[in-house]
Amino acid sequence: MNQLNLDHASAAVAFNKDEPRVDWHDETLWFVRTKRDRAAAQLPEWEQLREAASQIKNHVLSNMHDLLAQFEENAKRNGITVHWAENADEHNAIIHKLIQDAGVTRMVKSKSMLTEECHLNDYLTRHGIEVIDSDLGERIVQMRKEPPSHIVLPAIHLKKSDVGETFHEHLGTEKGATDPQYLTEAARQHLRDTFLTRKVALTGVNFAIAETGGFVVCTNEGNADMGAHLADVHIAAMGFEKIIPRAEHLGVFLRLLARSATGQPITTFSSHFHRPRPGQEMHIVIVDNGRSRQLGRPDFRNSLKCIRCAACLNTCPVYRRSGGHSYHSAIAGPIGSILAPNLDMKLNADLPFASTLCGSCSNVCPVKIDIHDQLYKWRQVLMKEGYGPGGKTAAMKAMATVLESPSLYRMAGKIGRGVLRFTPVLAENRFNPWYNQREMPEPPAESFRDWYINNKKA
Amino acid sequence: MKVGLFIPCYIDQFYPKVAIATLKLLQNVGCEVDYPLQQTCCGQPMANSGYEHLTGGCNENFVRNFSGYDYIVSPSGSCTLHIKHHLHASNESEASSIRSRIYELTEFLTDVVKVSSLKATFPYRVGLHQSCHGQRGLHLAQMSELMAPPFSKPAQLLNLVDGLDLVQLDRRDECCGFGGTFCVTEEAVSAKMGKDRVADHLRHGVNYITGVDVSCLMHLEGILKRANSAVQVKHIAEILTATV
Repeated sequence: MNQLNLDHASAAVAFNKDEPRVDWHDETLWFVRTKRDRAAAQLPEWEQLREAASQIKNHVLSNMHDLLAQFEENAKRNGITVHWAENADEHNAIIHKLIQDAGVTRMVKSKSMLTEECHLNDYLTRHGIEVIDSDLGERIVQMRKEPPSHIVLPAIHLKKSDVGETFHEHLGTEKGATDPQYLTEAARQHLRDTFLTRKVALTGVNFAIAETGGFVVCTNEGNADMGAHLADVHIAAMGFEKIIPRAEHLGVFLRLLARSATGQPITTFSSHFHRPRPGQEMHIVIVDNGRSRQLGRPDFRNSLKCIRCAACLNTCPVYRRSGGHSYHSAIAGPIGSILAPNLDMKLNADLPFASTLCGSCSNVCPVKIDIHDQLYKWRQVLMKEGYGPGGKTAAMKAMATVLESPSLYRMAGKIGRGVLRFTPVLAENRFNPWYNQREMPEPPAESFRDWYINNKKA
Repeated sequence: MKVGLFIPCYIDQFYPKVAIATLKLLQNVGCEVDYPLQQTCCGQPMANSGYEHLTGGCNENFVRNFSGYDYIVSPSGSCTLHIKHHLHASNESEASSIRSRIYELTEFLTDVVKVSSLKATFPYRVGLHQSCHGQRGLHLAQMSELMAPPFSKPAQLLNLVDGLDLVQLDRRDECCGFGGTFCVTEEAVSAKMGKDRVADHLRHGVNYITGVDVSCLMHLEGILKRANSAVQVKHIAEILTATV
């Protein structure tokens, strides 16, 4: 899969070469969206919950410093060691040092999109540390040396037969096996051995609670617990926006998260960590990595309200038909497209354009992020900063010159219709992307304005 | 009431029949309609491409053309939404006034004129494409994402048409993939989305696909024609003025 080296549109062309597979991908994720709809519809207070979550997160964004300081104080009092990382490099170095201090060279890790964002696995591997991802989907893509294609369902781009091939190669399962139970059992045995032998376990953080200094990790497989409870050292990594003020706010977020993500009432495991058990070390690494910069952008700060449920990916008609890897960024889909330009405008200038601005994302979002409005606003920023493709600015200036002048507009319209009527080959050719899979509209002899002038008095 | 008719540029040039139907429909329900002759484009093609800063000329021209009307009405949810959200001009008080007085055609008919009957007949199976900017941007219909009571202003009007059989789609409000310049810059996804939307309508045996935005319909029409389908597209104004 070399989709990662292409811009979104080119990667989408590659993805669409296999149309039945696109249909399968679309239908699989649409099924998740409909499960979400059914789960949400069961709560009469769904829209109030979304509003409450949105307001709590707005409060968090406006009080970030105080809440983080309160969290640090309480976490330390609980016996947790708190580390601050300004960027991905610091985050990776801190974790590397903790592994070295533990005197080991192997670590087990449960799902953490932050570590994907920071490319922790690559970093540790380069430094001689073996990392095994224990989330089943993540383990599959890790074996295939691919990044996750979805923030909740990392291997959603793969079919059972793909997984069978991968496990045959890496775990020695029977060739051609596609039975989910058989394949899952093979992964279970392999991971069980990993859990029992690793002294250091890393987890992500879904919610960190300022008033208690504890944090909550949500999983369906229990793999975060397996790792953390069996290890001597538990490292939790969190982007600083994961903070919430009080434990009672979990009653809002835990009800929204899994319903929005997969249509479950709640994740199978909501694991509350408050302090290390006797003899264990617990560390939390709080990461900025551009979040302060994003918090300082009035138009884009709301993107930090995200609780990583992936509802916007599942609902996005473009995501479903281009695949997660086409976003060439740790976080795919609409939310990824408003987060990624903050990390690197040049590299991610294509992403805010990978959308029709249909607005489904903003309305499915459990914390009411105005995602599609931010996509529009990023487009403005990126083009002003000069990150558009060559020639686009000149073309847009020419278009604006024509469209703002009534006489030029009418002349261009007349010529355009004439060309289409008398020499359609000028538009109906392989250089016109519209014509690739669609016919051109049939041009009429007269415009409405012409008709209006001729018929107004009639 | 004096209505300024705003006909988006591509309708003016490629779908004059939609504009004619819109004009007749508004006159039929008793509006005094005027079409300002120097109008061009709302500026959305540049703005959605990231060049809103180049739309000043279009904005000034829009304000010059549409000052002084009680209402401005357009047969396009998308262009109406763009003006509502992004029209600014040197005469900002006038721009602001226009932003608050512009309506998409169907919402104007249901909310301002409060149309309760129509003399229209269209004895066909019809699929309604809920164009996103009209639906989610202007709230012409309840969106499937929200847990809230359903309504649809375009469907409300279509239900007043004799003989019309409005079908229920599998995905009642998924985007068709037109998306402005998206339709060419992301051609692969755009065309696939269009094909999938068309397939939903075809599965339900429609004779016509209608909607409030000609841009989406033009895209769906291009796909139907490439497939040599007998199914046609018609803007809702054409159906609401149809007679046998």
